[in-house]
Amino acid sequence: MPEPITVTVNGRSVAVGAGATVAAAMMISESHCRKSVLGEPRSPLCGMGICFECRAVIDGIPHCRSCQIVCAAGMEISTDE
Amino acid sequence: MSAATYDVIIVGAGIVGAACADECARQGMRVRVVDQEMVGGGATAAGMGHIVVMDDSEAQFALTRYSQRLWQELRSELPDDVEYEQCGTIWVAADDEEMDEVRRKQLCYSLREVPVEVLTAADLECLEPNLRGGMAGGLLVPEDGVLYPPCAARFLMERARARGASLDLGIPVAEIGKGRVRLANGTEFSAGTIVNAAGAASPALTAGIDVKKRKGHLVITDRYPGFVRHQLVELGYLKSAHSSTTDSVAFNVQPRKTGQVLIGSSRQYGVESRDVDHAIVSRMLERAQEYMPALAHTTAIRVWTGFRAATPDKLPLIGAWPQDSTLYLATGHEGLGITTSLASARLLVDQLTGRRSAIPTEPYLPSRAATLEHAHA
Amino acid sequence: MSREQKHFDVLVVGAGPAGIAAAVTAAECGVVVGVVDDNPAPGGQIWRGESANGPSEPASWLTKLHDRNIQMLSGTRVFDHPEANVLHAETADGFLELGYRKLILATGARERFLPFPGWTLPNVMGAGGLQALVKSGLPIAGKRVVVAGTGPLLLAVASYLRQHGARIAMICEQASLRSLGRFGLALLSQPQKIVQALALRKHLAGVPYVTRSWPIAAGGDGILKDVLITRGRGTEKIACEYLACGFHLVPSTELAALIGCRMRDGYVDVDHLERTSVPDVFCAGEPTGIGGIERSLIEGQIAGAAAAGRPDLAQKHGRARAKLERFARALDRTFALRRELQSLPLPETIVCRCEDVTYSRLRPYGSWRSAKLETRCGMGPCQGRVCGPATQFLFHWTPDSVRPPIFPAFLTNLAARACREAQPSGAMRGSQ
Repeated sequence: MPEPITVTVNGRSVAVGAGATVAAAMMISESHCRKSVLGEPRSPLCGMGICFECRAVIDGIPHCRSCQIVCAAGMEISTDE
Repeated sequence: MSAATYDVIIVGAGIVGAACADECARQGMRVRVVDQEMVGGGATAAGMGHIVVMDDSEAQFALTRYSQRLWQELRSELPDDVEYEQCGTIWVAADDEEMDEVRRKQLCYSLREVPVEVLTAADLECLEPNLRGGMAGGLLVPEDGVLYPPCAARFLMERARARGASLDLGIPVAEIGKGRVRLANGTEFSAGTIVNAAGAASPALTAGIDVKKRKGHLVITDRYPGFVRHQLVELGYLKSAHSSTTDSVAFNVQPRKTGQVLIGSSRQYGVESRDVDHAIVSRMLERAQEYMPALAHTTAIRVWTGFRAATPDKLPLIGAWPQDSTLYLATGHEGLGITTSLASARLLVDQLTGRRSAIPTEPYLPSRAATLEHAHA
Repeated sequence: MSREQKHFDVLVVGAGPAGIAAAVTAAECGVVVGVVDDNPAPGGQIWRGESANGPSEPASWLTKLHDRNIQMLSGTRVFDHPEANVLHAETADGFLELGYRKLILATGARERFLPFPGWTLPNVMGAGGLQALVKSGLPIAGKRVVVAGTGPLLLAVASYLRQHGARIAMICEQASLRSLGRFGLALLSQPQKIVQALALRKHLAGVPYVTRSWPIAAGGDGILKDVLITRGRGTEKIACEYLACGFHLVPSTELAALIGCRMRDGYVDVDHLERTSVPDVFCAGEPTGIGGIERSLIEGQIAGAAAAGRPDLAQKHGRARAKLERFARALDRTFALRRELQSLPLPETIVCRCEDVTYSRLRPYGSWRSAKLETRCGMGPCQGRVCGPATQFLFHWTPDSVRPPIFPAFLTNLAARACREAQPSGAMRGSQ
């Protein structure tokens, strides 16, 4: 049974199953992914990389499509403001 | 076949046509505007939307400066979606030779009372940290700005309509001249004056106008607020704008109010296709990355093209068309359409009403071509 | 960042059922095949997360994908077609230039989203969207879910979620019982589908299923807490933690359009050998018509054989293809959107999510282009993939032509020059 992975979302530690995507990790930690132009919190919509609502900052890089990026141990994830 | 009479019919609802409509309507003229598609849909939609004082020639300087001041006067009335921002331009000097050019420009602008400031390499690093290190410095022109052109054109057109101007969109214009405008669906209008403000399409409507299409490409990124704060232009930009035969690119970057970075510029002659040209986009983006290496890992979300209307002497055509007493031109603005739209409209209406112009109008008269030929004969 | 170049006899874009079938078939004919896909692993949407082990149909195809001389390039997103026979793609590490002799587009489909009040709340997702997230590690056990919208995907998703412990509060299908009944009759000609339908029925026993029902509003403060749906003549508010809502599928045709393939009614126009109007370019699966797994597999096999120079092998699937065409048309008819859905958005409902453009701002425009230029609708990173089909349905706007990049890409990758000399791969080996 693969070990769970720990990442941080907005500074908080989150444990996710191996192979889980960053989008899933953010939802598990009850964080939205980004803020819209008018300031609304947004979370994944399409789950397949076309809606861009799941954009997050991953290890300092903004605008990453988190639903297509698999979590790696120690990843630092934060909301794309 | 109806024939309605107007004082002025303006062909082309881009920024220049819209500015002319606004100015004509303000003078109480009965105005009709026709455009084959929408308001601000041609080069107006495709361009960078900069308002910049350019010193390529005395006449260009005068026109851009006059018009820039008109934009400043107008700014408080502009709605939010026009996104007018007086962010200023920095002409970037990559080496000492270009720094000499900076000093020459500084003198030139100062003599003509345009505020400028010479920036040292350290100043430049402070103001624009994403420019690569090792630049020599630059020239800041704080009164330059940017805006979002389709909404600016729409604003001017709405003001014209509020004063009674009417607008026909979506039908191509078949023929203009001798006081008449005929649309492709057969509708005809007559007017004392017709203004050809059709930009790159103006020669198709009036044979003999020496305006050629000059294709450009632009790339826009996702939102990176604060990545760039001023409009940045390399001093080699003028070399690019000068060339009339070869494809050229120059570094030109602009902050949009959204936080997106708008990247240009490219110039190509003799290309009819609207398709994105991969080779020239590569060159343009390579140049941009030379000046701002951090652009490499910004996300580009759109690329598009447009056609500037270019004249041989780089000055627009504003005024009476010698071959037809009813026809006036307001076209040929190349990369300065947004900047000079307001002044072009003023100069045009000055000529229609016999009003005294704020700047000399001779350099922009369509009749100058004949004069030039004469001079060279 | 890395910069690599690869060349294939046959290049397949998309590793869903159609792409996998195409790649496996072409490889069986002895050619060098590459497959690019933007997800972390092959399977597309419908086979996301499927293992290659076991007796199932997806397992059998996935195994063949791994056993053959096929290079699988996952996590790779095509963004440009700079010249004939060349694609540019972005990977996690950098840039990849792909040269090909023959190209098979198996780019699949995506959900159609329609705006309604509250649809931008976190935990309002597509039906396929929620399923994808669950497959990607989101726990759903014990969570209350409403599944709504239209299409066979709703049942498949509800069944999957339920099998993973979700409590499906209701399935709301906007089509009428009559339409569905006629569709049910169409299934009689497809025995495999009857088996699927019966399996779904078993897994969904006890779940309320209403037809002629759609969401009116999603409620919640910063996150979803309930959804108001139509029910008969009235409405009903259902508390839930997730709303899985999608209105059937639209084909992903951007790459085909960029390459210059001719379209027909919004789908890529292909002949019986899946050839598009562009030489050396084939298209298989949902982009040629929404028709489900079987159709994708058949079209993929046809395209793979044809691209590998074996039209004789392709032709043996002809009858199956024709039959599945009829099924695809039945799908279209059954799950057509009812007019009432055009009235769902309120003036302040956001239609373009990338740029937060509301319904009332868009309504006055007569064309996609004018709306886009003045409001920025469609100018965001989704490039109109979400708001395009929505505005097409709401306002009857026709979309713009496609320009590169067809997906946002790093500037350095967009700038990468196409290599003029793409070296030829090993010659087509193998049989006949």
